[in-house]
Amino acid sequence: MDDILVVANIFDGVVKKGTHSAVTFASLMADRLNCTYAILALGADLSAQRDALAALGAEKVLIGEAPDLEPPLAERWAPIIEQVVRERGYGMVVSPSSTTAKDVLPRVAYRLGAGMASDVIGVSFEDHTLLFTRPVYAGNIDATVEIMTERKVLTVRQTEFRPFEPLENRSPVEVIAVPPPPEILDRITFESFERSVSTRPDLAEAKTVVSGGRGLKSAENFKIIEELADLLGAAVGASRAAVDAGFINSDFQVGQTGKIVSPELYIAVGISGAIQHLAGMKSSKVIVAINRDEDAPIFQLADYGLVADLFKAVPEMIDEIKKVKKK
Amino acid sequence: MKILVPVKSVLDPDKADQVRISRESKRVDPEGLECKVNPFDEYAVETALRLLEDKGTGEMRGEVLVVSIGSEEAIQQIRWCLSMGAQQGILVKTNDEEALDATAVARILAGMVEKESPDLVLMGKQTVDDESNQTAQILAEILGWPQATFAGRIVAPPDLTSATVTREVDGGNIAVSVTFPAVISVDVRIISPDGVNNNVSPPDQPYDEGPRYASLEGIMKAKKISVTTMTPEELGVEATPLVRTLSFSLPPKRKAGIMVETVQELVLKLKEEARVI
Repeated sequence: MDDILVVANIFDGVVKKGTHSAVTFASLMADRLNCTYAILALGADLSAQRDALAALGAEKVLIGEAPDLEPPLAERWAPIIEQVVRERGYGMVVSPSSTTAKDVLPRVAYRLGAGMASDVIGVSFEDHTLLFTRPVYAGNIDATVEIMTERKVLTVRQTEFRPFEPLENRSPVEVIAVPPPPEILDRITFESFERSVSTRPDLAEAKTVVSGGRGLKSAENFKIIEELADLLGAAVGASRAAVDAGFINSDFQVGQTGKIVSPELYIAVGISGAIQHLAGMKSSKVIVAINRDEDAPIFQLADYGLVADLFKAVPEMIDEIKKVKKK
Repeated sequence: MKILVPVKSVLDPDKADQVRISRESKRVDPEGLECKVNPFDEYAVETALRLLEDKGTGEMRGEVLVVSIGSEEAIQQIRWCLSMGAQQGILVKTNDEEALDATAVARILAGMVEKESPDLVLMGKQTVDDESNQTAQILAEILGWPQATFAGRIVAPPDLTSATVTREVDGGNIAVSVTFPAVISVDVRIISPDGVNNNVSPPDQPYDEGPRYASLEGIMKAKKISVTTMTPEELGVEATPLVRTLSFSLPPKRKAGIMVETVQELVLKLKEEARVI
């Protein structure tokens, strides 16, 4: 089979963990299909990221740099990726399910005449046919799909593939020529980027996530969630209800709309467990639910459930963890 | 100004955990579940109405055309959107909508764009059943139009020839300006009270959170509108899918958890049993 191209996800100068998960997926596929994988990174200036990308076991790292490649616009990125794939004959394009890949890759797939599967969580072979598994219906059902075109485009869900561990060896790095912007860029212009500021770990990458829901009752009360999160070195998350109520910014939303997370430990506080929220966290390794309502659906999913008033339970938990940590 | 809004009929998203799989066919069994407008598409209808109307006078500065692809059943969802205030509805009838992938749907929609010449396509960022999140982007590529996906806010000048769209992306919000015609896909935040600013509606009359309910007047009006039905062939479109779903299955169940009585017990379990703190 033709080789695989991984499109890296780089944000604010950092190679995001999702890239490492996509590389793990690509290396599994390469072993199985007896081919190799390369990594493509696009950005304004990637000199600081080259070494990190070169440590990911790729046959080659391709770097495309131009000032207008950041932040990514689908109309700008898609023809470049298409050209790389066509000229070098890649058979599969893989990227983590970031908002950039979701935005750009469908355009790439159409340009290549390729079918695309989003959010792949597993792969299997049946009579030499590659089959991909992807979650549908808010994670309540798995669909097994076949991409019927020879070339295939995929996004993979990073929570399902362990991040690739960087190697000692370095892949060769090649700088590619970036074609000039296509005419369509006359009709779309980047205006501004407003970063979400957080001193805590990235939600999508954190080992522990503490999330608050409507039960918190106010933005002020969210402080106890933050305190518990900081004690555990965790990221802070929220349900849509909490975001809609204005307790916290939408960047922190976990769910079908929002981030998909899969930490070692997910603590849901005052979250009833709407289907759309569960879709974003049900693959977490250990789930803790604290809720006053013993009939809350979140308890169906929780490994450890505690029926309690969160305003008593969370401060108690903070004290208790401090005690345990001292020992 | 004409805005095309594609809407999909989906099984009640609030009952997604009750969706069953037929044992023989390995397909989704809709038995006992109601169909609704895909929520993100309903947000797109609301967005289109907010862009076009002057909330002060109630005057509409253009029309909203709702297009659904699927079985006769989808006419109900089109009617729902008409009663919200859309003026026109078309059903593209297909025998097996499950067999359509995002590319096939985008091709049909591109055929519809050619026929109806809208100035803007507004759609949900994804359906809540298939969740591929591809159709808007593929449609934009087919048409050669710019796209603004995952829109959380749209600000448009009174002449509606362009818009500044705030897109919700990993790590923050990115604002882009697009010149119409364009494809915009919307995220949930678009239906917040200040999600749409058309620089015509009076700022002191904010919208309620969420898509509007059909008024009695709206329902009566909608009844008088006839929904046109056509086929992909009549549109001159060959909707061959590139991806096919072979089967559906239930994901592995999580092992049953336990209830703890106290915070002390919880912290002890997390430390000694789960070893996660």
